[in-house]
Amino acid sequence: MNDLRDLYAEVVMDHNRRPRNFKRIEGADREAEGFNPLCGDQISLYLNLDDGGAISDIGYVAAGCAISKAAASMMSEAVKGRSSADARKVIDGFRLLLTRKAGDDFDYEILGDLEILEGVSSYPTRIKCATLPIHTLASALSEKKNGAVSTE
Amino acid sequence: MYDVQKIRKDFPILSRKVYDKPLVYLDNAATTQKPRQVIQALVDYYEGYNANVHRGVHALSQEATERYEEARGKVARFIGAESPDEIIWTRNASESLNLVAYTWAQENIREGDEIVVTPYEHHSNLVPWQKVARDKGASLRILPMREEDNSLDMERVDEFITPRTKLLAVVHMSNGIGIINPVEELARRARAVGATVLIDATQSAPHLPVDVQGLDCDFLTLSGHKMLGPTGIGALYGRREILERMEPFLRGGEMVLEVWYDRATWNDLPMKFEAGTPNIADAIGFGAAIDYLEAVGMENVRDHEIALTAHALEAFKELEEEIDVFGPRDPERRGAIISFHSDIVHPHDLGTFLDRDGIAVRTGHHCTMPLMRELGVIATARASCYLYNTEEEIDALVDSVKRALRYFSDGAG
Ligand SMILES: Cc1ncc(COP(=O)(O)O)c(C=O)c1O
Repeated sequence: MNDLRDLYAEVVMDHNRRPRNFKRIEGADREAEGFNPLCGDQISLYLNLDDGGAISDIGYVAAGCAISKAAASMMSEAVKGRSSADARKVIDGFRLLLTRKAGDDFDYEILGDLEILEGVSSYPTRIKCATLPIHTLASALSEKKNGAVSTE
Repeated sequence: MYDVQKIRKDFPILSRKVYDKPLVYLDNAATTQKPRQVIQALVDYYEGYNANVHRGVHALSQEATERYEEARGKVARFIGAESPDEIIWTRNASESLNLVAYTWAQENIREGDEIVVTPYEHHSNLVPWQKVARDKGASLRILPMREEDNSLDMERVDEFITPRTKLLAVVHMSNGIGIINPVEELARRARAVGATVLIDATQSAPHLPVDVQGLDCDFLTLSGHKMLGPTGIGALYGRREILERMEPFLRGGEMVLEVWYDRATWNDLPMKFEAGTPNIADAIGFGAAIDYLEAVGMENVRDHEIALTAHALEAFKELEEEIDVFGPRDPERRGAIISFHSDIVHPHDLGTFLDRDGIAVRTGHHCTMPLMRELGVIATARASCYLYNTEEEIDALVDSVKRALRYFSDGAG
């Protein structure tokens, strides 16, 4: 078998083919754009927040490789309905996961399917593909109303 | 007889393995591999006669100066310049282009002037002109492209090259899709309206005979690393009369004749444009690369690559349903650069898949984002060949692409 399965696990391929929450949200509370100039991956992310700041709805429109699209889909599932504090845990946790800096006590549970993307850490050239949606989410959640991030 | 196996033996890196598979190096438009002869020239310099040039009276400095200037002469001869004084060393093609943008263009482009480029320009031959246009109140005009085969629409050139055109800055061979532009014809039209002509030959000179007299250009750029030479060395050809009228680019040592506290006079060509200790070793290495190419013969390199291109285009025809190959179908009108796109697998995923088969291709926009936009894609996968590539390697590429298509369409692996 091909060791590419570390990267393109069945779950990843499934999210790539059937991305969840793939939609534009008109008049969303928060919007952010993400762009990876290296390979041209692009994502527009939309969030609706409830009064407590929790993510009541999330949508995105993404063009890019399988990894970035799957990461966006998995991320949307992981943070939908979560408080902003939990969403931050997902963001930080995912970054730690890919840089292999997560301690043993790290609670992977919160990442949901995103955890599968740990395999990307053995493909240094692809890490930016996986982190683009997460960076974009971080930007959307930050103070600014509309943000733009670039992973270069 | 062109003996590709004999050529391959000169390139130590070609016998290495990647993930236990033989390396198939198809990223030559990004940078090329180096033959032993070039590597040896670097070693010879550092081990045998390392010294600063143009400065010492001692034997080593003289030897280094001779070899360094000899290399300049080789570049001049290679592109048909009248004199080595018309060759200015730079770090790479990007610096060569910036040199023209920061000197000649700053002095000569005026409000209302137009700079004409093509949709195929590498960012290095576009972004510097954007700044010139903004600084000077000039504008950029983009020659139109035909949709059928992504070639220039030559019938509409007169709408773009007009008496307002001050500079024509065009790429000879596109690194993005491999097309060869009719630069002689474009240069002729530009001359007829009194414009200055710059040709970005960074991608063409490594692969086919290029002659500045035949092209009738004022400036031409080269990058050593794209033509078997080391990184960190490039060249700018400039017609003597123009270079003589231009102000220096960088100022400091070596580029001056006489210096007072408040002023200085400039050294002769080409040193007027070369401040500071130059990249001596790599210039000499670049010279060795040119020796190598001339020994093989540029006509032979071109013929070999035409054959490879024909073979590749034929092989890709089988995948017509799944894959779009950009650029003309006629191998004579293009370099051995096959840039392609498939809706089934994103170029970046494809690049990773091929990599695991030991095949090195480039995926992305190839520093030609506006061209990608014209083609309606974000990125392509690009296989680019050189004199050491073989038909078997093309077959390995196509085979791996086929398996990738299957892998990503049904996920069965
Ligand atoms: C057509 C063309 N022009 C300019 C450049 C820039 O060359 P360098 O990166 O060596 O400065 C390249 C490199 O890809 C190129 O292909």
